[in-house]
Amino acid sequence: MISYLGRFTIGIVRKMGQIFILLLQAIVWMMLPPYRFKAIIKQMEFVGVKSIFVVILTGVFTGGVLALQSHQGFKLFGAETLVGSIVALSMTRELGPVLTALMVNGRAGSAMAAELGTMRVTEQIDALYVMATNPVKYLIVPRIVAGVIMLPVLTIVSDFLGIIGGYFVGVFLLNINSGMFIANILQYLELDDIFHGLTKSIFFGLILTHIGCYKGFYTEGGAEGVGKATTEAVVISSVLILISDYILTSIMF
Amino acid sequence: MIRLIDIYKSFGNNVVLNGLNLTIEKGKVTVIIGRSGGGKSVLLKHIIGLIRPDAGAIKIDGQDITGFNDRQLNRIRKKFGMLFQEAALFDSMTVGQNIAFPLVEHTTMKNSEILKIVREKLSQVGLSGIENKMPSELSGGMKKRVGLARAIALEPEIILFDEPTTGLDPIMSDIIGTLIIDIQSKLNVTCIVISHDIHGTLRIAHKIAMLHNGVIIESGTPEEIKKSSNPLLKQFIEGKAEGPMKVL
Repeated sequence: MISYLGRFTIGIVRKMGQIFILLLQAIVWMMLPPYRFKAIIKQMEFVGVKSIFVVILTGVFTGGVLALQSHQGFKLFGAETLVGSIVALSMTRELGPVLTALMVNGRAGSAMAAELGTMRVTEQIDALYVMATNPVKYLIVPRIVAGVIMLPVLTIVSDFLGIIGGYFVGVFLLNINSGMFIANILQYLELDDIFHGLTKSIFFGLILTHIGCYKGFYTEGGAEGVGKATTEAVVISSVLILISDYILTSIMF
Repeated sequence: MIRLIDIYKSFGNNVVLNGLNLTIEKGKVTVIIGRSGGGKSVLLKHIIGLIRPDAGAIKIDGQDITGFNDRQLNRIRKKFGMLFQEAALFDSMTVGQNIAFPLVEHTTMKNSEILKIVREKLSQVGLSGIENKMPSELSGGMKKRVGLARAIALEPEIILFDEPTTGLDPIMSDIIGTLIIDIQSKLNVTCIVISHDIHGTLRIAHKIAMLHNGVIIESGTPEEIKKSSNPLLKQFIEGKAEGPMKVL
């Protein structure tokens, strides 16, 4: 039992070290020329543009359901007009960044793990080394940069559409006065709420791209290994996003 | 010249290379034979610095690469080209982009010059006109030939072949063998081939080395190898299950 615990602990520490060293390598390679702008833009399109539809859907319906739920509670003491500020604050501070990160993680983080994992098991990563091209710089750096840039952009979209979703449900379905709804948002929502949410999304972008790349980069064991790496990437990133959300929230707000 | 001196390598409790010594002469085709899972690919990856030995020295033109950092290794790797077992073509790129990759990365050539070299290399491996195809559209033999075209794009001094004929039909194996001979003689490169195809090996090799239990048990010209009285080597060349080399 003790030896099992020891092995387990050593395994965890080793993996954390590996994740950290790979991140350091990526940061160092990020600073060194040549800068691969074309590859970064390609990844920005993949992480950002191709995730936009799913982020729009998530934002609109989350804002809508927030309005529905909060209306139930506020109606009890006649404060229905507060629905607007609840939707806006929840979306910008919490749900916009977190749900966007979880959705992009499911779509792009998993795809990164699968792509790099396949490249590993088919020796394409070895081929990069042999051709004197560092795979961390060539494969990982553009993905991390794209994640860090695009997650805040997607979060802005999600925040905005969440509020729009909440507005439609609140004003058209729940008959809250439109002017009161907007005035309430403007009264309680501060710029800091938006910026703090966006700061969180930068960390989430880093986490989901780095973990996706890490799991893919160190894949072992053929097709089964690629499947395992993809699943683990999504699970680990999701958990880390939620844990880091708590830590960042407690620091910032 | 490449010299491997007292190379030891283990993965966990599995000893793969156990004090291996081998000299590879410049401008010759050296074929390393041995059973599957015997450490041939691991040996090849040591030569190009993809794996570091636990002990020993790997000297390439007199320089020991075992202590080299990434930057120094990259400088050495520019002397090499490598054909991987499954070709390892980048499946997100076209054939042309695959062959152009090392040229784009390491030269300042214009696109038109790169395209000219891509076409020239494709014609050298007998596959003219397929530069716009994707690797997924190619057969196994075509992939290997494209892999070879990519390996020779930068006109390396040394080319490594990891089981170049595995999984190919006898005719395609013969074509690949002929390509190795042609490229070696035209470019005067050093070729190191990992193989267990005895027929092809005897045809293309200037020197053959047999790897068994982590060491080179015999090496020599094809004629010397054919005449060898080493029972392990004889069993391997004759392809017999019965003999000193235990299969099960």
